[in-house]
Amino acid sequence: MSTIAEPQLTSVTEAAPATGARPPSTYWPFVVPAVAVVGSVIVFPWAFTVWMSLHEWTVGGARRFAGLSNYLRLATDERFLTSVWQTLIYTVLAVVLPLIFGTLAALIFNSKVPLRGILRGIFVMPMMATPVAIALVWTMMFHPQLGVLNYLLSLVGIGPQAWVFSPSTVIPSLVLVETWQWTPLVMLIVLGGLAAIPTEPYESAAIDGATVFQRFRYITLPMIAPFLMVAVIIRTIDALKSFDIIYAITQGGPGTASETINLYLYSVAFAYYDVGYGSAIAVVFFGLVIALSLLMLHLRQRTKWTDIQGGA
Amino acid sequence: MSIRKITDSLCLFFVGLVLVSPAVLFFLWMISLSLKFEVDNAAYPPVFIPERFAWKNYTGVFESNRFGLYFINSLIVTGTATGLALLIGVPAGYGIARMRATKAAVVVLIARMTPGLSYLIPLFLLFQWLGLMGTLVPQIIAHLVITVPIVIWIMIGYFETTPLELEEAAVIDGANRWEVFRHIALPIAKPGITVAFILAVIFSWNNFVFGVVLAGRETRTLPVAVYNMLSFEQLSWGPLAAAALIVTLPVLILTIIAQRQIVAGLTAGAVKGG
Repeated sequence: MSTIAEPQLTSVTEAAPATGARPPSTYWPFVVPAVAVVGSVIVFPWAFTVWMSLHEWTVGGARRFAGLSNYLRLATDERFLTSVWQTLIYTVLAVVLPLIFGTLAALIFNSKVPLRGILRGIFVMPMMATPVAIALVWTMMFHPQLGVLNYLLSLVGIGPQAWVFSPSTVIPSLVLVETWQWTPLVMLIVLGGLAAIPTEPYESAAIDGATVFQRFRYITLPMIAPFLMVAVIIRTIDALKSFDIIYAITQGGPGTASETINLYLYSVAFAYYDVGYGSAIAVVFFGLVIALSLLMLHLRQRTKWTDIQGGA
Repeated sequence: MSIRKITDSLCLFFVGLVLVSPAVLFFLWMISLSLKFEVDNAAYPPVFIPERFAWKNYTGVFESNRFGLYFINSLIVTGTATGLALLIGVPAGYGIARMRATKAAVVVLIARMTPGLSYLIPLFLLFQWLGLMGTLVPQIIAHLVITVPIVIWIMIGYFETTPLELEEAAVIDGANRWEVFRHIALPIAKPGITVAFILAVIFSWNNFVFGVVLAGRETRTLPVAVYNMLSFEQLSWGPLAAAALIVTLPVLILTIIAQRQIVAGLTAGAVKGG
């Protein structure tokens, strides 16, 4: 469900190329069916969620207008506040690690690797595979006694780990799966950026005797900065929303040690059927996602301004 | 000189192999798990290539009468949600691109940012109220939340790059908007439609969360069905891994066949954005 629209994330800010002037309104009929569908499956549920969040409402129970009391309850709900904290930790790790590995992989795939097409195809497979199917196999690999991961660790002299079965290691273990799955997406985005870099700066750098590191630091990095920002934005949105892997491997456990906002939202709305309170969580969660996205879009505009202006 | 080039290539190739090794080893291990009898799966140290292959893990999955049902459910949900999305989203992408209504695209962007679960509370109540919960309709409608934005996004990007001259010439020849779209714009956009189709199919097929909430015993799609197997067969890893592999295999095959289109679809806009 993730990754869908990332590329076009950027096209929003870009105007279409100027073409012949014609009355644009004549194209409305093409858009009407989509407006109807988007309105009924996306906008309507949204408005309804906000409305529900103002009610005390359980499935099969009575509905009573409750004003902002659901929101006030959130502010003192320990389990919710813990889930916010855990979501943030999970997100930071699940953005930074794929970003580092994905950028390294892109640098390598950008050079003349033999059989590059095939290797890139294999590299992309984890992100296209069905997350639940992947999660099941990771669950087996994490098994403390029979899992292959502890066996591999024992080969290099590291003692057995509890992985997803201990509150202290569960989030890093889930991030490992997330990193395995989504590093390819970062790689693809950064690879797109690398392909757009002209060769002249490298030629002059070679004449000036720049080292490999200097070339990366002063030419490559500034040039791909806008692409790194796109990758960060997409990864942040996806990591905040992560559900399949966490739900399939731990269901938020042990206890609530890996319960993110999304998992808590699921429990409240579809295990306890408290849809009023669940809606309030959904609204706050959505606010958090939008706020972080806008913040990063803002940062992206700035990186674009300072770095690309001079470079391109 | 040429020897140096060859060693350089070999070094790079080796680095490339290291890069793909997490993916390769994972999938090989998945295959290994799915082909072993329980004795081998429970062995320590782990057995990588067993002496006897447990093909029955696979035949068992296919023989269980429910697998066919869930497979057909998945086909119907993904097929219908993708088909409807193309029907609605391709003209919409065309209209938005030609009107240069990039603001309209923001709505779709927000749809992408929204956690899938938050659509589900109202939709769940609505479907319950309409008495649709025992059918596949709720899941098809929910999957539109994924497929329609993918198709619209990719088609906006595609139609923005197709030339207008042909369309203008057709208008001069007296064609109306619909004829221009049907006979000129649409044939040119075929590669874009292919990309949109492939990505919509993959992300709809992989979807889990809508099924968890909306599917009943008879209406599960494959990802939900394979997850449910986990709760019943905690300890039989072989059949579970075989089922997991069968569920994800169509997508992996599609990824290999259509690698170039998928990469293009996922990166086009990002490249443009720089």
